[in-house]
Amino acid sequence: MNFTRRNTLWMAMGTAIATVLPFKAFADVDADIAAFTGGAEIGSEGITLVAPEIAENGNTVPVEVNAPGAEAIMILAAGNPTPAVGTFNFGPLAGSQFASTRIRLAGTQDVVAIARMPDGSFVQASQEVKVTIGGCGG
Amino acid sequence: MISRRDFLQASMAASAIYGASGFGEWGKLAAQQALTQDQLLEFDTFGNVSLIHVTDIHAQLKPIYFREPEINLGVGGNKGAVPHITGADFRRAYGIEDGSPSAYALTYNDFSALGQAYGKMGGMDRVSTVVNQIRAARPDALLLDGGDTWHGSYTCYHTEGQDVVNVMNMLKPDAMTFHWEFTLGSGRVRDIVNDLPFAALGQNIFDSEWDEPAEDFAPYKFFERGGVKIAVIGQAFPYMPIANPGWMFPEYSFGIRDQRMQEMVNEVRAAGAELVVCLSHNGFDVDKAMAGRVTGIDVILAGHTHDALPEPVLVGDTIIIASGSNGKFVSRVDLDVRDGKMMGFRHKLIPIFSDVIEPDAEVTAVIDEQRAPYEAELSEVLGRTADDTTLYRRGNFNGSWDDLICDALINEREADIAMSPGVRWGPSIMPGQDITREDLWNVTSMTYPNAYRTEMTGEFIHTILEDVADNLFNEDPYYQQGGDMVRIGGMGYRIDINKPIGERVSNLTLLKTGDSIDPSKTYMVAGWASVNEGTEGPPIWDVVENYIKNQGTVSVAPNTSVDVVGA
Repeated sequence: MNFTRRNTLWMAMGTAIATVLPFKAFADVDADIAAFTGGAEIGSEGITLVAPEIAENGNTVPVEVNAPGAEAIMILAAGNPTPAVGTFNFGPLAGSQFASTRIRLAGTQDVVAIARMPDGSFVQASQEVKVTIGGCGG
Repeated sequence: MISRRDFLQASMAASAIYGASGFGEWGKLAAQQALTQDQLLEFDTFGNVSLIHVTDIHAQLKPIYFREPEINLGVGGNKGAVPHITGADFRRAYGIEDGSPSAYALTYNDFSALGQAYGKMGGMDRVSTVVNQIRAARPDALLLDGGDTWHGSYTCYHTEGQDVVNVMNMLKPDAMTFHWEFTLGSGRVRDIVNDLPFAALGQNIFDSEWDEPAEDFAPYKFFERGGVKIAVIGQAFPYMPIANPGWMFPEYSFGIRDQRMQEMVNEVRAAGAELVVCLSHNGFDVDKAMAGRVTGIDVILAGHTHDALPEPVLVGDTIIIASGSNGKFVSRVDLDVRDGKMMGFRHKLIPIFSDVIEPDAEVTAVIDEQRAPYEAELSEVLGRTADDTTLYRRGNFNGSWDDLICDALINEREADIAMSPGVRWGPSIMPGQDITREDLWNVTSMTYPNAYRTEMTGEFIHTILEDVADNLFNEDPYYQQGGDMVRIGGMGYRIDINKPIGERVSNLTLLKTGDSIDPSKTYMVAGWASVNEGTEGPPIWDVVENYIKNQGTVSVAPNTSVDVVGA
């Protein structure tokens, strides 16, 4: 997996303060994934992750994940000091296996969703979400 | 039986030939001093539907000079692809003769010389004449406005957009989408939209609190034209709260939201739409990418990135039309829609030569009425350009207008380094021309004009350059915001556009000393157009007005401080 590392930029152009958060090693992400999948191979079909390409506000980024038939879906913010966002569990009577929430991102990074299917297989989707200081539109 | 795709391809070829011969012809005609309105508007009405597209007018009601970019680089899959070709390459691609009216309208070379010969372009009274002519041939043609309409002039600022609204209403558009309009503030936008006699569209305008579609803007509207059920889906600028001050319209959220675009296309098709048109402010490369992901859009009318293309670009079965900016061009697209399908098209990018196209007197009167209360302020001469200086803005890295603005910031605000936003609007000034207050406002007018003065570390300056460069040169168009590079005064740098973020910008040099920028050292930086709430400082137009008045005659030396690699 290819993670983007960047300093966090909370202040828009024109201010003098840049906050630099040191990211912890990505061992946390791998450990979280291993704990969820037990090291099983992960496919990519049958899961949809919707997140903005560029966050309007890194403090509250809307994400949606849909994995029809899944038993559980875990969401990770791979570049956050604590990557685990949460795991949604779906009972056998659940009408759909869909979840949406808002998460805080400490900078540009991949958001990852992994679903556990009833047959014990796993599928994953990820998307880079940019947290930017903003450009200047045309 | 010929397939739909064959129809498109055949029609595309016809369009290309039509475009090329038409363009070449104008050169000869102009050389004979015989360019006429009839030739500019000549068009064999085709099929059963006509679309008229205007976009990115930026409140330019009167004719202007506008120099097209010299540098407009594409990256990744768009390297060297339309619209990322300029100058001679552009003329070669479209069969345009050097020195012809089309060369003047569409490329930057010999701009000041050709401008003397061919005159100003645009003017909404001329645009009205063109729209009326098209409607004479096709009375139920749809007029669609791609946005960035209620922004960009002295009168637009002082009337909060009302001057442009009044003039555009004369042209009777059928639908519109949005970008800079939101910098009027969301309350003002809602006030105008509530009284608008046409549809205000944006499938990607959401309520920021609940992340649900905003009630004030419909995603699409149906029209019955030429016996065809047409759906026009709006797509507002996706990165409003990032590229512009989100605090001015906190109730709204945007984004590309192409999944919802697909849902909307499916919804209108299910409701019987035979033709699906997307009126977009995504920017050209984003539209191209979106056309590859969303199926079922027949026509994308592209805006935001200010590209003017003499031919449509085809992505799958979708045609993408780019209609320029500042009122310089109107696109006419005729379509043959039968059995619920687009079977062919004919297209023309009509250049608005203001001395050739007769103004619509009724619209001229309304334009002049809007300007009358401000005439004294508008016409005041602040200075003039030297005989060696054309003032222009467009281009990826710098423009002489921005160099002048940065010089003003450094001198008037006693700064080491100046920053000016890489916006793409702002008309040009010819050599030896008076610079009026109106001209200055045309390149600076905005609702967050404060010229800040603040200390920044060398490291932070580098971070800003990297961040803005990634908005322009990220290989994935969905991560591009559509502006140009932030303009820098007092500092040089090197940029490798093909590198990833954090590695593009190097060799930062303070020009006044020739020293390298020290990441840990602090520099005094002056700039304007900060998206932060509460930014303090005088409005940029006051800063630059003082500077121009002090200079009297303005001369801007060619900018050689940016070293571009990988183009």
